[in-house]
Amino acid sequence: MERFEANIILANSNGLHVRPAAVFVQLASKYDSTVSLEKDGEVVDGKSIIAILSLGLNCGSSVTLIVDGDDAEEAFPELKKFLETNHAKG
Amino acid sequence: MLKVKGIAVSAGVAVGKVYYIGKEELSIPKKKVSHAEIPGEIYRLEEALIETRKQINQLQKQISSDLGFENAKIFEAHILVLEDRVLIEDIILQIKNRKINVEFAFWQSIQKYVETLRKLDDDYLRERVTDIEDVARRVIRHLLKQEFVNLQEVKEKVIIVAHDITPSEAAVLPKEHILALVTEVGGRTSHTAIISRSLGIPAVVGINVGEVCAKQGETIIVDGYDGIVVVNPTDRSLKEYQQKSDKFVKERKTVPVPKAYKSKTTDGRVLTVSGNIEFPEEIALVCENRAEGIGLYRTEYMFLGRNEFPTEEEQYRAYQKVAKNIKPQSVIIRTMDIGGDKVLPQIQFSKEMTPFLGWRAIRFCLARSDVFKPQLRAILRAAVDGDVKIMFPMISGLEELQAAKKVLEECKKELKAEGKKFKEDISVGTMIEIPSAVLVADHLAAESDFFSIGTNDLIQYTLAVDRVNEKVAYLYEPGHPAVLRLIKQTIDAAHRNKIWAGMCGEMASDPLFVFVLIGLGLDEFSVLPLSVPKVKELIRQVSFEESKKIAEKALLLGTAKEVEKFLKSELKKILKNDYEKILRG
Repeated sequence: MERFEANIILANSNGLHVRPAAVFVQLASKYDSTVSLEKDGEVVDGKSIIAILSLGLNCGSSVTLIVDGDDAEEAFPELKKFLETNHAKG
Repeated sequence: MLKVKGIAVSAGVAVGKVYYIGKEELSIPKKKVSHAEIPGEIYRLEEALIETRKQINQLQKQISSDLGFENAKIFEAHILVLEDRVLIEDIILQIKNRKINVEFAFWQSIQKYVETLRKLDDDYLRERVTDIEDVARRVIRHLLKQEFVNLQEVKEKVIIVAHDITPSEAAVLPKEHILALVTEVGGRTSHTAIISRSLGIPAVVGINVGEVCAKQGETIIVDGYDGIVVVNPTDRSLKEYQQKSDKFVKERKTVPVPKAYKSKTTDGRVLTVSGNIEFPEEIALVCENRAEGIGLYRTEYMFLGRNEFPTEEEQYRAYQKVAKNIKPQSVIIRTMDIGGDKVLPQIQFSKEMTPFLGWRAIRFCLARSDVFKPQLRAILRAAVDGDVKIMFPMISGLEELQAAKKVLEECKKELKAEGKKFKEDISVGTMIEIPSAVLVADHLAAESDFFSIGTNDLIQYTLAVDRVNEKVAYLYEPGHPAVLRLIKQTIDAAHRNKIWAGMCGEMASDPLFVFVLIGLGLDEFSVLPLSVPKVKELIRQVSFEESKKIAEKALLLGTAKEVEKFLKSELKKILKNDYEKILRG
């Protein structure tokens, strides 16, 4: 069991709205580890799109990514990179 | 048999089955369940989630093949909502703890999230409420075993009956399967009317839908000549109307397509008659009817009936297709005219008392360059592949025109910097549809390459008549002396500045006004593709000199009634025996 945690400033210019949130959930769901996102003390399940949306993450929001589990070492960098990249185009 | 009289807005006769589109209303029952019933409720939840998933998958496939993969992506998020374990656990917990039925538990859980999202300080996320509610409604309908209205599922020829056809519904109407439209609200310029005329199918509005024909699949008759809907027809009337309908369909197919002649007055003044379109598929109609290019390509439909704005690439592909297909003739692309009755689901519009005077068209675009720029860039790029002109709607004065042109210049700079191909010297036109624009038309003409008069709005704004309100609809008079004077001022200002003036409103195709418009010096008539032959024929019957006299006299008259009476008598005088034939055709 490994646990990784990092504070991330969200880079996507549209925040984590439906499409990027959907991709994040899909990425997170590939792994067995628990994925959580924390903002202002509120922790939600990173595999739940509704829960993520309800955090109201904007571009520049500071969010903590917590990955806990057997495959966390693999999952963590991928999810971290996703949050730190701007996916909005056109 | 029941004959109901409404308002005829599009000619023709159709006999067919009713496809009724009801208003969206969900009533969610609340019931207590016993301990023994709990597993059953959970099973129903799972079943409904699976069914909904199947349905969304299908929709995704369909949209993907119709509109491209990008547009279908949003459904992936919808599916994730269905699979959301936090949500599902919450629902199951509610069923178990509160001993309530699944519909109610589901709706309550969803509402909790919806409320949270509504409170967020982020427009994008707040608007996602629509997505979640959309999915939730689907699940609830499955739970309640309610029938779905999915216009894309219509696979046989039907007559659409509805309270109203919204622009977003119009965008997904299965056009090839519609025999006729019947709606409760709307007038001659409503969406129902415009769509049906552009498709060449009969339509009747002002029919009390609930009263006459709420039954799905029932056979009714729509008479778009006399504005009659027949419910429960007798065999005899069915036979009679079927013949009329067959005749209509046959005639429509064999409309003597005009030769590719120019529309020239008897004394040699050459005028342009082009087509108005809303969907790229209508190019076929434009060509069939020998229109000289597209005088108005409405782009709102790309933005409607969906959850996200179309990307620059998607718009580019659509505009490029139109530009290529209409080549060597030109197409005037009007930047989106959204607002008013065409509310976007993804934008938080405050409820406006008078939406036609509100935040729409160029006002909206100038405030939202994130939406405006992709469209301008797409048009600039598409202009490489054909003769594309750009037109700004709802310009009320010089400042707005200058601001819009400034954004256009910025887009050019950006494209240049990115090394993308685009048309540097694209023609820029101003749509004249607000009285203030007419009064400063000289200033606008100095900075425009052409004018196009949008009469539907110009009349509405000049006479302060809401064209959708049936109570004041009688005041909507194209022949009003004030309207004629404004048109004259616009054309004169254009010509003084050596630019051309066209018209893209309904008035341009009304036989009553064609001569007076020629006389006022109008250079271009942009009308529904199906009206092109009629307008061309009218132009060929009259001389410019005669028309000028008609215009001079009409301008002296005091009331719309006098104007119309005078124009009717002139029309009869000039057309003589062809009067009936041309008016009907």
